[in-house]
Amino acid sequence: MRIGVITFPGTLDDRDAARAVNVGGAEAVALWHADADLKKVDAVILPGGFSYGDYLRCGAISRFAPVMKLVIEAAGKGMPVLGICNGFQVLCESHLLPGALTRNSDLHFLCRDQEIEITNNTTAWTTSFAEGERITIPLKNGEGSFQCDDQTLARLENEGRVIARYVGVNPNGSRNLIAGITNERGNVVGLMPHPEHAIDPLTGPSAQGLGFFTSILNAMVK
Amino acid sequence: MAIIVVDVMLKPEILDPQGNAVASALPRLGFTFANSVRQGKRFEIEIDGEPTPAQLAEVEKAAEVLLSNPVIETYVVRVEK
Amino acid sequence: MSLDTVAIAQSTPENKQPFAELGLKPDEYARIKEILGRRPTSSELAMYSVMWSEHCSYKSSKVHLKQFGDKAPISDALLVGIGENAGVVDVGQGYAVTFKIESHNHPSFVEPYQGAATGIGGIVRDILTMGARPIAVMDPLRFGPANAPDTRRVLPGIVAGIGGYGNCLGLPNIGGEIVFDETYAGNPLVNALCVGVMKHSDIKLAKAAGAGNLVVLFGAKTGGDGIGGVSVLASETFGAGGSTKRPSVQVGDPFVEKILIECSLEIFAEDLVVGIQDLGGAGLSCATSELASGGSGGMKVALDKVPLRDPSLSPEEILMSESQERMCAIVEPQKLQRFLEICKKWDVTVTAIGEVTDGERLEITWNGEVIVDVPPRTVAHEGPVYNRPLAQPAYIDEVNKQKITLPILNSASDIKAAVLKLAGAPNLADKSWVTSQYDKYVQGNTIQSQPDDSGMVRIDESTHLGVAISTDANANWSYLNPYQGAKLALAEAARNIATAGARPLAVTNCLNFGSPEDPGVMWQFAETVRGLADGCLEMGLPVTGGNVSFYNQTGPVAILPTPVIGVLGVIQDVRTRTPMSFNVAGLDLYLLGDTYEDFAGSEWAFLNGERVGQTPTADLAREIRLIELLLEGHADGLFKAAHDLSQGGLSAGLTEMVLRYFVGATITLGNVGIELLSESPGRVVVAVNAGTSQALSQLATKYSITLSKLGTTGGDSLIINDCIIPLSELRTAHTSTFPTLFG
Repeated sequence: MRIGVITFPGTLDDRDAARAVNVGGAEAVALWHADADLKKVDAVILPGGFSYGDYLRCGAISRFAPVMKLVIEAAGKGMPVLGICNGFQVLCESHLLPGALTRNSDLHFLCRDQEIEITNNTTAWTTSFAEGERITIPLKNGEGSFQCDDQTLARLENEGRVIARYVGVNPNGSRNLIAGITNERGNVVGLMPHPEHAIDPLTGPSAQGLGFFTSILNAMVK
Repeated sequence: MAIIVVDVMLKPEILDPQGNAVASALPRLGFTFANSVRQGKRFEIEIDGEPTPAQLAEVEKAAEVLLSNPVIETYVVRVEK
Repeated sequence: MSLDTVAIAQSTPENKQPFAELGLKPDEYARIKEILGRRPTSSELAMYSVMWSEHCSYKSSKVHLKQFGDKAPISDALLVGIGENAGVVDVGQGYAVTFKIESHNHPSFVEPYQGAATGIGGIVRDILTMGARPIAVMDPLRFGPANAPDTRRVLPGIVAGIGGYGNCLGLPNIGGEIVFDETYAGNPLVNALCVGVMKHSDIKLAKAAGAGNLVVLFGAKTGGDGIGGVSVLASETFGAGGSTKRPSVQVGDPFVEKILIECSLEIFAEDLVVGIQDLGGAGLSCATSELASGGSGGMKVALDKVPLRDPSLSPEEILMSESQERMCAIVEPQKLQRFLEICKKWDVTVTAIGEVTDGERLEITWNGEVIVDVPPRTVAHEGPVYNRPLAQPAYIDEVNKQKITLPILNSASDIKAAVLKLAGAPNLADKSWVTSQYDKYVQGNTIQSQPDDSGMVRIDESTHLGVAISTDANANWSYLNPYQGAKLALAEAARNIATAGARPLAVTNCLNFGSPEDPGVMWQFAETVRGLADGCLEMGLPVTGGNVSFYNQTGPVAILPTPVIGVLGVIQDVRTRTPMSFNVAGLDLYLLGDTYEDFAGSEWAFLNGERVGQTPTADLAREIRLIELLLEGHADGLFKAAHDLSQGGLSAGLTEMVLRYFVGATITLGNVGIELLSESPGRVVVAVNAGTSQALSQLATKYSITLSKLGTTGGDSLIINDCIIPLSELRTAHTSTFPTLFG
């Protein structure tokens, strides 16, 4: 299967996401922000970085990239979409996911190995995990504090749409320790920490992030 | 109660990467009105009663030492009615 | 102001010019007139003044730095040596690696965030300019006392600037140093190292060859940033009236730099440039004169074509502007179209501003009028050279003859107090508060980073080839004996590479000193360069380039002489690297190397307010044997862990090891006070499987390195003789210092 990895100007973790896709067993396809077609991919990853320098608001300018119009359409038809870090921010700005990612509560960029708990293993990107499974993967961002209004929060919680929570500490002030969420349909997932940097203990804290990239294969087989 | 507003802007000669990024995004969305964009910060300081000249002078001082970086930024203090 | 052209300069020889305000001495001004056969135009004066500044011309250091060439060891590894933007080293498998350190000290004091940020930007462009993809950065930093109010302003700003810029470029930050000393108050040192990788065939040089080829400027538009920053900022000490000399600060745009990196690499991949140069200090003055000098010398530039952010800039200001994120390429006319297309794809501003000519003159015009007509080598390379007076400062004999007196450890509680004090000392405490603000994972090739002995990155995913880099300086040693200090720093950096199993290959340096006009400082500098050149010759490591930063002083007080030495090494298979600590119990711990009463310049002495005595003498032959031992042991798979001992001695070394994976150790020492706190050089702690001590012993005998058993790993305490320190207590001491100081 083919998984598109989008590069916006200022995207940084695109090569890493492509590597993780390939290690997971799918074929990574490079997509450019100005592309006018999705090159017949079966799923799309919006990787981390500082698209457009994170100027104005994180993800606010990328959200209007030509390729995003196609991603929004395809997501509406059920195509699996995973936004990691800056990609999560773009998905929120695009209103594919609710809420927003704001400045870390201690105002510093933070890079650390973070334990998270997978709280929903039924989405397109999380079926390889057991529910409640705890994994340690890198977290690295300056604006990773998930915020939304009370009503949205209640809906996310009641519908089981929080897919991962921070364990031990709240590293950035996110509401309800939220590290990742999904849409109603479970095909669009946004995640603040970086599973693509945890596919080999040689270069990351673990290989526990690989599950996101094998889950998508399960989703396609079904 | 009154609100003292401090607007902090980069000095005109200082590069504003954020403003530039916004300026180049606008025409991509069809907004063609802008020659340039500069982005700044706005502080709203709430005080009791009408501000005295002494209080305003204090706010001026705070704007100079804390709210702005005089090496690269300017500030304007005003009272919001 | 009206335009000053060559024609006007010829007809008005009597015009007074502000050469002194631009930092030129009367004899330097006279020499410019002699070169040109007339007075310079104001644009020429701007170019000469900025290019002949200390920062650009190395006029005080050149006579000493040539030792790096004169004493260079024979090395097959060096592909491009000193003189280009950065040296290039062959690391095998067709890969070439380029690395360099630069200082951005004064700008980081004026505006910590932007000063540090643009320091990263500059060094990254230097590496990119060689044709390489930048793959990692490191930042050796020095500040005033940790608890000083100004340090609380400067340090968080600098750290945020490094993170803000480097993180946004997608470059992993894999190490560095943070050291505090009162002489750095008002003179923080921000040294930035970047390393890049390319194939041999991709190496690019700064030369403008081939008449008719185009001079193409691409990247950010030119504004008034840092006009005169290089010559004024880097050449004058901050005095009471400093603010009037403050030029406008350079502001970095990391997003534009990231785009520029990707755009340039795409241009290189299609082989579209003949030569390339980045615009850093001295901006277009530097880029045009260096590119022209690198070729036959002929170049014509139409300065009015330079895209401006601020249209009110005069030609002189455009020539001196240090606006960031700009590059200048030499492009064959038939390749221009494709060059422009790639720039358009990346939304990068690009303009052809001139062409290479047959002559030997650099000619710059403004709306058709000639405003510069110079032999470019006289601007770029033939600046003044000073053999400045030097004299051993009086303090040297004074401090060297004094005997150091330190508290002696008598009891278990003394030992515990000393270990905890060192663990929490700002110079030795856990630096996570800083390093967690840097992205160490991006690019997915980071094998080692802070707090490991060296930073290590993989450069080939299929063959597992990697490089390791360490930067080191011990300014206390350099203060007591700059010759030995330089050699000892070199040895330490090389050792920090070898502990992981990488073979040291090449050296870069950033030499931070006070005013060269002070004969005592000049002596410190000369001794440092002599020591480093001798050391490199003895260790067979070529110097690939470096940077000198003078005038780091406040009034009469200079900073400690601070030569930061970077060593790069290569490891064939990063998967085999020896970690700096152990994560299992039951291993045997040994010390390689000899421990003497070496307290002069030690952290223990520093904490007790002592900066006297005589430094250890570097024994580089022994250092080489130790490195070979480490490499052979690594190849044999003997070591489960290896960690260099330096600042803080065995006490700090053990603290770092047991806290790394939170596995304790039980250690038995004879003369605890000396063995725990001495900083004798050339020592490494290794952990081996209990059954392999015989092999280790044979290796030690083979390389004539003293081997002593320290103890075993395991438990949840660090136990030294009868002193028990629970790891949780040790961790609290080690990790609370920075958060307490800086929030």
